[in-house]
Amino acid sequence: MQVGKRETTMERVNRGLARRYLQERLFRLFGLGAVILSICLLGLLFVSIGLKGWPAFEQTEILLDINFDQELFAVDNLMGADYGALVKSSMRSLFPEVKGRADKRKLYRLVSSGASYVLRKMVMEDTAIIGSSRKIWLPADDEVDMLLKGHIRRDVPESDRRLSDQQIGWIDQLTEAGLLKKKFNTTFFTAGDSREPELAGIHGAVMGSIYTLTITLLLSFPIGVATAVYLEEFAPRSRWIDLVEVNINNLAAVPSIIFGLLGLAVFLNIFGMPRSAPLVGGLVLTLMTLPTIIIASRAALKSVPPSIREAAFGVGASKLQVVTHHVLPLAMPGMMTGTIIGMAQALGETAPLLMIGMVAFIVDVPTGFTDPSTVLPVQIYLWADSPERAFVERTSAAIMILLAFLISMNAIAVFLRRKFERRW
Amino acid sequence: MESMDASFGTSEVSFLAPEDVTPEYVSEADTAGTYVENRSTVGEQFVDDARMTCRDVNVYYGDKHAIKNISIDVGRNEVLAMIGPSGCGKSTFLRCLNRMNDTVDTCRVSGDIFLDQLNIYDKSVDVVPLRAQVGMVFQKPNPFPKSIYDNVAYGPKIHGLASSKSELDGVVESSLKKAGLWKEVNDRLDQPGTGLSGGQQQRLCIARAIAVRPEVILMDEPCSALDPIATATIENLISELQEQFTIVIVTHNMQQAARVSQRTAYFHLGDLIEVGSTDRVFTNPRHRLTEDYITGRFG
Repeated sequence: MQVGKRETTMERVNRGLARRYLQERLFRLFGLGAVILSICLLGLLFVSIGLKGWPAFEQTEILLDINFDQELFAVDNLMGADYGALVKSSMRSLFPEVKGRADKRKLYRLVSSGASYVLRKMVMEDTAIIGSSRKIWLPADDEVDMLLKGHIRRDVPESDRRLSDQQIGWIDQLTEAGLLKKKFNTTFFTAGDSREPELAGIHGAVMGSIYTLTITLLLSFPIGVATAVYLEEFAPRSRWIDLVEVNINNLAAVPSIIFGLLGLAVFLNIFGMPRSAPLVGGLVLTLMTLPTIIIASRAALKSVPPSIREAAFGVGASKLQVVTHHVLPLAMPGMMTGTIIGMAQALGETAPLLMIGMVAFIVDVPTGFTDPSTVLPVQIYLWADSPERAFVERTSAAIMILLAFLISMNAIAVFLRRKFERRW
Repeated sequence: MESMDASFGTSEVSFLAPEDVTPEYVSEADTAGTYVENRSTVGEQFVDDARMTCRDVNVYYGDKHAIKNISIDVGRNEVLAMIGPSGCGKSTFLRCLNRMNDTVDTCRVSGDIFLDQLNIYDKSVDVVPLRAQVGMVFQKPNPFPKSIYDNVAYGPKIHGLASSKSELDGVVESSLKKAGLWKEVNDRLDQPGTGLSGGQQQRLCIARAIAVRPEVILMDEPCSALDPIATATIENLISELQEQFTIVIVTHNMQQAARVSQRTAYFHLGDLIEVGSTDRVFTNPRHRLTEDYITGRFG
């Protein structure tokens, strides 16, 4: 009797077993599929940005025979000399057959307006070259660059093109003569923003981002950790503390542009802080990042086993000693993860910074916390909005820089975590 | 022996679980006359030369009356064992002796507990030096995630008991020797304490407690997470430590209580039912509840 009953139990179990295993297989397949899908999408993103942005790291330059004519520098101020004329005369000597003002202007347009700045810089650094004649690689116009990179199609009607048939003819002649060449685009990494794509660089935005994030990190990490420690370890349970907790959680869900409006109203209008400054940007992003850091830090503190606290209390450690000697070091990796997540959010944030004027067109590379500047995501936004074809690839290149920043920040976070965990 | 104890433990839990939820149930039953017992303490609560003196101690967790009017003495250099079913308040009472209950927000303690002449629940008493005098070893070994050396040195360091590195080294060595761990770990003091076996970890925790040179050591089921061999080591250790320290030990294992202690206190649902010399309590219990528990007739 009993044996028979036990068999039916086994039969029942076996009958259900196949279904249980099927469910498990399906679940695993589903999970694997989700992972593959996300990797594919991520790959697609990287490939599309990479393919679009990669050409931006090369820039077409034109080899010109520049004659630093002594007569041109017969002025009081070397800065005020007509460097554009040097470029123009060089171009004229390349194409002596070009006559007429309109045609000449078209010809001159093949060289970037930044070429004269390059020459001025050369002269300012070494006045000895005045009077000599040199072959110099100078930046070509972005349209020339686009033609060489194949972004301007020759088969569309001339009126729909930014380059005329005549200009394309000149470019072809220059290419054949080996006077046009794609070179590594150092300008992109050393210059600030510009209306001319070939002169525009990411340096200003990178510096702006670094200054802004420095402020954000310096403020949000200590304040966030201190808040979390107080709420978790010291605060007595009361209705006020509950209210504070609820509000911190709510703040984490507030749209970031609201923080921008707050920054505009408080930091700019009441405190009169400078517009477009990384200082204010950092303050606004601190407000935005704080809830993230506090919530993550509290979770990290909660995950420290109570037995460690008891052990420390048991040997007579004071509350502060328990926290600083035992709880904080154990919670630190979790806190740093939260901070890095918050900083990554802050690095990619655009909306609140628009409100405090960090969207302004700023050519100079900022050199301090109060200099007007922009940040990487805002720079991407500005370039994505620009009509010139050459800004498309620069937008993607800037995104690549931003992603590189994010990845290296995460790498630093992982490194720091490992280091901290090994110490304990 | 250990497995017997374990099965005993589980049956207790199932028996007492409803009591935890509705403590009023018992008193209702009492008044209904179905289970009338005198819950006042019988036996020899008081000793002549007491190190710790507890009078009319009551503990509440919120509305729950966890410890009901307990008075007991802990003698000098004796091992006092506290036994009783789960949830009877032994651990709660133990944690009153060094004010560990202060860390629980809802916990309220009334009555007087004296360490020698000092009322430890007096407002002027600082818990930090108190806990240096009354050390504690917990149920689960809880070494700090630091090196063996740092675990033992932590207490002396924060209390400033050692003025030099060599003195600290000496304290660490003597504490580990007293805890019977020195021979096993002297070549790897810089290794993490969490890498030791369970029994070694518990001895490390004992070394950590005695490194502060307390007067009283409280042990909250120190062997419940250990195997019989490690348990035997700790029990021998307790007997040795008794020469220098007063020890209060909570245990579920009645054989252990019989082996290591001189006096035994039996707790039942927040009441202290019976106190007496261990021999007397185990051979000739005066209260019916004590007898039921000791003979395993419970539940």
